[in-house]
Amino acid sequence: MSPLAALLLRDMRIAVRVGGGALIGVLFFLAVVSVTPFAVGPDLALLKRIGPAILWLAALLASLLALDRLFASDHEDGSLDLILTGRAPLELVVAAKGIAHWLTTALPLVVAAPLIALLLDLDGSAEAGLVLTLLVGTPALTFIGLIGAAIAVTLRRGGLLLAIIVLPLTVPVLIFGVAAANAAIAGPVPFGTPFTVLCALTLASLVIGPFAAAAALRLDME
Amino acid sequence: MRVAELANPSRFLRAANLAIPWLGGATVLLFAFALYRAMLAPDDYQQGATVKIMFLHVPSAWLGMLCWALMTVAALGTLVWRHPLADVAAKAAAPLGAAFTLLCLVTGSLWGRPEWGTYWVWDARLTSELILFLLYLSVIALWRTVEDASRAARAVAILTIVGAIDLPIVKFSVDWWNTLHQGASVFRLGGSTIHPAILAPLLLMAAAFTLLFMTLLLAAMRNEILRRRVRTLRLLQASAAG
Amino acid sequence: MRLSAVDLACRRGGRDVFSGVSFNVGAGELLAITGRNGAGKSSLLRIVAGLIRPVGGRLWLEGGEPELSIAEQVHYLGHQDPVKPSLSVLENLQFWAAFFAGAIKVDDALELVGLGAIATLPAGYLSAGQRRRLSIARLIAVKRPIWLLDEPTSTLDAAAQHRVAEFMRTHLSEGGLVLAATHSALGLSSIQELSLDRSVRSHAHSDVAGMEQPAAVAP
Repeated sequence: MSPLAALLLRDMRIAVRVGGGALIGVLFFLAVVSVTPFAVGPDLALLKRIGPAILWLAALLASLLALDRLFASDHEDGSLDLILTGRAPLELVVAAKGIAHWLTTALPLVVAAPLIALLLDLDGSAEAGLVLTLLVGTPALTFIGLIGAAIAVTLRRGGLLLAIIVLPLTVPVLIFGVAAANAAIAGPVPFGTPFTVLCALTLASLVIGPFAAAAALRLDME
Repeated sequence: MRVAELANPSRFLRAANLAIPWLGGATVLLFAFALYRAMLAPDDYQQGATVKIMFLHVPSAWLGMLCWALMTVAALGTLVWRHPLADVAAKAAAPLGAAFTLLCLVTGSLWGRPEWGTYWVWDARLTSELILFLLYLSVIALWRTVEDASRAARAVAILTIVGAIDLPIVKFSVDWWNTLHQGASVFRLGGSTIHPAILAPLLLMAAAFTLLFMTLLLAAMRNEILRRRVRTLRLLQASAAG
Repeated sequence: MRLSAVDLACRRGGRDVFSGVSFNVGAGELLAITGRNGAGKSSLLRIVAGLIRPVGGRLWLEGGEPELSIAEQVHYLGHQDPVKPSLSVLENLQFWAAFFAGAIKVDDALELVGLGAIATLPAGYLSAGQRRRLSIARLIAVKRPIWLLDEPTSTLDAAAQHRVAEFMRTHLSEGGLVLAATHSALGLSSIQELSLDRSVRSHAHSDVAGMEQPAAVAP
């Protein structure tokens, strides 16, 4: 088995076996959506209009949840030291960890999203459009999050700092993700326009994220 | 055998092994009879046959709440009386209660769609029931996250007792707030308002659900006890390996 | 193969840890790094492992694979044991074997460290000594020429310490290098000793007496 495949498999095994497993992100997602009507009011028409935004924010926060453990747990037990003496390039190692994180934290959200969207009275093409934007956009959230996770790895209260660093960087993804989801519900903008930009953002983050995160990790280790 | 003697896990296992097949058989029979009576019950003049979702929806709601009530008693058993099987019962009951609550939400949603035009509204009864579902999931998550069994038991016990406040909210939500959900028709002061032809099958289904719950609960408790024994054996194995 | 260093200097957290450290280790040789706590033994090993950048001096390797950095040819055994509690003993070792690519049979390595009987046990059940042995199994399962050992026998009982000395002997006889930071005698004829207690100029010196006579062997 190739080194990177072994790392991917290991990270996925750990994510599934530890604590709440992959479902705790979905639980958080559901909880955020459930408390929103308490704050915004139960008017279904309003909730339907801001539905895509609520779901995107909830997905963003749920993705951020597990990120601070991504490098921290390997740093604490010395695994990160060993990984740095491996022959696999650190950028690819970071990317492999990012993929594992997306598969175990974000993909369950995308799968649960259609059901949770029903709570906000989104169905049919609205739901489909929203799920598609989440599917394409959540990898960007994960890979941008890698940068924050790498920067915050040696810090004690790293989780909060990570969120502060990552949230502004995810703003473009949020803008185009919600715009595309809204476009699927009601015109005038065709779905394709913001969606293509979203795809581009994700592709860019797949490259920039690992490079920036690897650089941050190397600096941290000095 | 006195109930108190069942506190010993080994004795409980023996009693459970005896009881589970009988309870299971009784559950199947009662379900068969109750479903038969439910099919015979008259259709609603407005909704037609759709109304028969009630025979799943209402008992599952009751069981979802009964289960949390049982978990609350178990929580007191853990914190106050330190009964050895209390946390086993609480841990085994949580997924069952979650399943009943989810069944209630889904059947209610499907039932409401033709009438309300939407799968969901954020009225008091539905929201408090959704909160109950979230509470169940958070209890399950807490069981899985805390490593040490006795610490997990205490943390879950506190969460369960605090969460019990949702039960009266669910029950009285249709009275206290203006809701889309229909008002109480069975458990109310002044007697039930449902026609006996529907009430009887409903109560039969509720009894069948309860038997199902008891069977599954005993089986789950047995599994949990065995799981803890496996864990102890593994600890011994590790230390014996030197 | 020869690993050499001249005038290495290390600074951690604004404090000068050591300076002017030099050594020269050849194939089949063991360098024992000694010194009081805080003298910088772990830091020196981490410099060789490429985890810390020295603020001065040079480190170079003759022989070995030219396309690989020094860090990519070492086994680093630090203070911590990188063992994941939710994976089994076998899964842990299989991961490291696959990650470092080029492993002998993982099961054999587990047997050699005495963990073969509990290979499928979740690693969370292991004692500290067992976790240490699992880390050492990694050194046996994957072949790399340079071993950097930081207190390798901490948390190990006497029998396990004896086995570790055996592994080191085998590795040295196959032409490997070992740099070990240790408080306790390893029962090996220590070829060279580098003491970091003299912070200004430290040169590794040969323990000539140790070479002539058999050193005291640990039980």
